[in-house]
Amino acid sequence: MYPADRRYTKEHEWVRVEGDRGTIGITDYAQKQLGDVVYLELPEVGRKLEAHGSFGTVESVKAVSELFSPVAGEVLEVNAALVAKPETINTDPHGQGWMIAVRIGDPKAVAELMDAAAYQAYVGSEAK
Amino acid sequence: MESSTTTLRKTPLHAVHREMGAKMVPFGGWEMPVEYAGLINEHMAVRRAAGLFDVSHMGELEVRGPGAVAFLQRVTCNDVAKLKDGQAQYSALPNDSGAPLDDVIVYRRGPERYMLVVNAGNIEKDFQWLRSQGPEGCEVTDQSDAFALLALQGPLAQEILQPLTAIDLSSIAYYHFAEGEVDGHPATVSRTGYTGEDGFEIFVAPDHAEPLWRRLIEAGREKGVQPAGLGARDTLRLEARMCLYGNDMDETTSLVEAGLGWIVSLDEAKGDFPGRALLQAQKKGGPPRKLVGFEVTGRGIARHGYTVFLDGEAAGPVTSGSYAPYLQKNIGLCYLPAARAAAGTAVEIDVRGRSVAARVVPTPFYKRSKQ
Repeated sequence: MYPADRRYTKEHEWVRVEGDRGTIGITDYAQKQLGDVVYLELPEVGRKLEAHGSFGTVESVKAVSELFSPVAGEVLEVNAALVAKPETINTDPHGQGWMIAVRIGDPKAVAELMDAAAYQAYVGSEAK
Repeated sequence: MESSTTTLRKTPLHAVHREMGAKMVPFGGWEMPVEYAGLINEHMAVRRAAGLFDVSHMGELEVRGPGAVAFLQRVTCNDVAKLKDGQAQYSALPNDSGAPLDDVIVYRRGPERYMLVVNAGNIEKDFQWLRSQGPEGCEVTDQSDAFALLALQGPLAQEILQPLTAIDLSSIAYYHFAEGEVDGHPATVSRTGYTGEDGFEIFVAPDHAEPLWRRLIEAGREKGVQPAGLGARDTLRLEARMCLYGNDMDETTSLVEAGLGWIVSLDEAKGDFPGRALLQAQKKGGPPRKLVGFEVTGRGIARHGYTVFLDGEAAGPVTSGSYAPYLQKNIGLCYLPAARAAAGTAVEIDVRGRSVAARVVPTPFYKRSKQ
């Protein structure tokens, strides 16, 4: 169920790489843990992000969760439609639920992240 | 660190919650369902149709004997003498500062037989407190293990429940109850709740909880009933501006400050009780501060514990704060100086380092329309 076209972190974010552009969101597992998402705060275009540094917060009715960037880079685009309708994170976390796109600063670091199979195994073990 | 090693208690419906896919969390020493299919769905089901809650963690203390009324008049703040058989009353156990040790519902089962429904986390404290107040001519016993408690809440609650019982539910007024059977299970059915909707709370012996739960879910399926967790219970009660013990009131907040002056009886015939003089003064002259409702006008959700600023100065914490699913607003409660508690007052809330604007609004935030 986790798309093979991207990489995953232990903090449950995904990054899909096209050239030097990385699109970032949170996983289906993460949205299930959060519950109904009602609020999203994302960075401004142009902001420089560190690998595993915070790039915003997502809030469900009950919980506040920080968002961590899988890679270092500069924010190229922010999903404004998602900020207006954050519940899309629950319905389509891997598609319309994308949050930001960045220009990846360290392309080699991406290879160190989990692939879909490894992430599937990781959440399988965490769920127990 | 004792609490972290203490085993959480489980209600008789624990296995059913698991089976229904509930997310379980610790609450008041119990492992309770916080949500099933989704908090917002559950919240809306209660506002539009009905939701079924397991609130078996609540405690039941019995006060029984010829001295029961006199004793309860001494330890609770409301006028117990007003109760008739089959009637219930929202009340509290005040301390000497007029602040609640707990908020309770007093049920009159008979002239010498009363039941107090108390908060899960306070059962032992309340029980010890009542015993320490020297009950005369009556006995206080903890009956909590003898009851499971199911709450069916929502505009369709009566329609769903009526076919399962011979009790004429339409004859049970708000804050009244009847004893009888529901689907063959001996039960006490009370028109009370913590959601701001019409609904019933059904007390049954623990062994009867599971079959009754399943029957209610089945009976209400076509009408849109949903199992609902503590998450929705919290957002529902906040929209209705019902206080949560331990958040919006505790042993340091007077009942008048908390907006509960209406459950404080100063009737001469009732006599004295802890904190009476102070509560009388506050009812007459006004309390120094008041629990108010606010609506966030900026972007952000004010949550429990965040600091509220008035004119740039810290005024205290948000006592309850959440996204309100029915109202689709971010709301909360906090204490403000009485002179600055009027609707329209502007405040700022520190949301994790960011100052977010909010303003005092009239409460309740949500009030159901009269049928």
